[in-house]
Amino acid sequence: MSTSLPGRFGPFGGRFVAETLIPALDELESAYASARADAAFEARRLELLARWVGRPTPLFFAENLSREVGARVWLKREDLCHTGAHKVNNTVGQVLLAKRMGKPRVIAETGAGQHGVATATACALLGLKCEVFMGAEDVRRQSPNVQRMELLGAKVIPVTSGSATLKDAMNEAMRDWVTNVATTYYCVGSVAGPHPYPSIVRDFQRVIGDEARAQLLTDENVLPDAVVAAVGGGSNAMGIFAAFVDDSSVKLIGVEAAGHGVASGKHAATLTAGKPGVLHGMRTYVLQDEDGQIVEAHSISAGLDYPGVGPEHAWLRDTGRAQYVSVDDEEALAGFQLLARTEGILPALESSHAIAALHGVAKQLCKDARILVSLSGRGDKDLNTVRDALAARTAH
Amino acid sequence: MSRIAQAFERAAAEKRPALITYLCAGDPDLASTPDLIVAIAEAGADVIELGVPFSDPTADGPVIQRASERALRAGATVSGVLDAVRAARARTSVPILLFGYYNPLAARGEAKVVREAKDAGADGFLVVDLPPEEAPPLRDHVVALGLDWVPLVAPTSTPARVARAAEVATSFVYVISVAGVTGAGHADLEVAAKRAADVRTATGRKVALGFGIKTADDARRAAPHVDGIVVGSALVTAIAEGGVASASQLVRSLRGALG
Repeated sequence: MSTSLPGRFGPFGGRFVAETLIPALDELESAYASARADAAFEARRLELLARWVGRPTPLFFAENLSREVGARVWLKREDLCHTGAHKVNNTVGQVLLAKRMGKPRVIAETGAGQHGVATATACALLGLKCEVFMGAEDVRRQSPNVQRMELLGAKVIPVTSGSATLKDAMNEAMRDWVTNVATTYYCVGSVAGPHPYPSIVRDFQRVIGDEARAQLLTDENVLPDAVVAAVGGGSNAMGIFAAFVDDSSVKLIGVEAAGHGVASGKHAATLTAGKPGVLHGMRTYVLQDEDGQIVEAHSISAGLDYPGVGPEHAWLRDTGRAQYVSVDDEEALAGFQLLARTEGILPALESSHAIAALHGVAKQLCKDARILVSLSGRGDKDLNTVRDALAARTAH
Repeated sequence: MSRIAQAFERAAAEKRPALITYLCAGDPDLASTPDLIVAIAEAGADVIELGVPFSDPTADGPVIQRASERALRAGATVSGVLDAVRAARARTSVPILLFGYYNPLAARGEAKVVREAKDAGADGFLVVDLPPEEAPPLRDHVVALGLDWVPLVAPTSTPARVARAAEVATSFVYVISVAGVTGAGHADLEVAAKRAADVRTATGRKVALGFGIKTADDARRAAPHVDGIVVGSALVTAIAEGGVASASQLVRSLRGALG
């Protein structure tokens, strides 16, 4: 088997999976390499990104926010993608790949529901059967997205094992894939999982960074001083970072969810407070106890609520190429309100973490520094969560 | 010759496959694990596969997942599992193969956990999420101390991968009857057992068949083609429903079916 993609990022990545899946991962790797080399596949993918997803998404200079933050802030508007988040960039690519591989059934896992919706949407367009595993707790928290998936013809399967959240949905998707590997394509939602998924998802999300880089060069004729993005599994951050990794003047800053605070133990700040370990087929930073058991993550944002992180982020962290900071639930809520009030945009709670980090990032940089932010999704899905959290705060 | 290899030889001399039984250490609690090991060995198990509980057991079906959850809730740790092995070893010579996932072992330290396992009296390791590509360095420590390393072969494994598994095996190769998780139980066991026999012919290694073997009748059908059969979920269910007595009864009936 020829390997077209690196299986590891330094010591991270790899394929820590049951033997049953190794041939499927080899098959996927070779199918992906052949698809990317096929002009017809790429043309179809790019056409769907343009005419169906709505790319290129705008790069918006956020003047009012800039004034508040003390830096010049541009927002890459992934919230304007079809389905309301960057997730669809990846699912269009992977579901096209599934179709090319002749797999009639696609499975996915989802936390907040955005990846599930994006997978269901792509499957509806391309005529594939779709089943989505979702933690029972998340099914309850994210009911509008459950309804969307069902209306799109997907079956949502609640997962009750473990903590009944994203990591357990991912476990269940892996169990299903082991069982139905001949007929089923597993559409992974982040730059996570066994090789080659972290590379495939990064490549499909790289469009965010490539577009933003070209747009900023066109508008301003300069690169940004810093690129900021929220990190759960890390696909939107990896997508925007990928285009700037070789630009050594550009600081890359990932923002993790500190939940109730890193010191509280109730957080999802894997790169800040986790340790290297193995979860979901990859070696990466993982939230775990002293005995190597995986610890439940916590964030007000279900999309960041994951105890692992993509292995390429682990490598960017350890090499110092990217810096990872964290923002707690309260700060994220303030970020949500700040963007709503200054720019008339309701951001997803994931993206609210990136907004909330801007004051701190601006302080690290010179006055009027240029900051590019990935606005990964829109906040409609989080309205109930935000409303309840704000009401609870007033009640205190 | 390792204790596991000896168990296979002894079974072969009796013209039957070895009976390998899985139980999850710490289910229902660590205090009862040594008693269960001893009772199951006395009832006729040739090798004990002892599960090291993990919070995220992706290769296991619901029965073993729940056993793992119960064990962790009851406070099972890797160190506690090794204590249970030590306590059992004082009372039985049955080979004990530690079965589990990589992260809890890695968290303890690879060299350390292998040394501790040997000192406690364990005989080998089967780590579900370490295919041959990822098996070093844990396997290197295991082999260096003379313990057994047991690889898995799946229905999806290509001939090249079967050969690779045989290369890293030190005693036997564990052949999975179905693409699926433990306890699946929809395999055509005779077809699966014949495939296992092909693996044996191709590699010259002893083979054991597992995943989905539940009853004495299942065991009887698979027996003529393999060197060992593995029963896991059915035994975990018996333990949950009737403790030592039910477990012993199931093992006796499985052993009876193998002759």
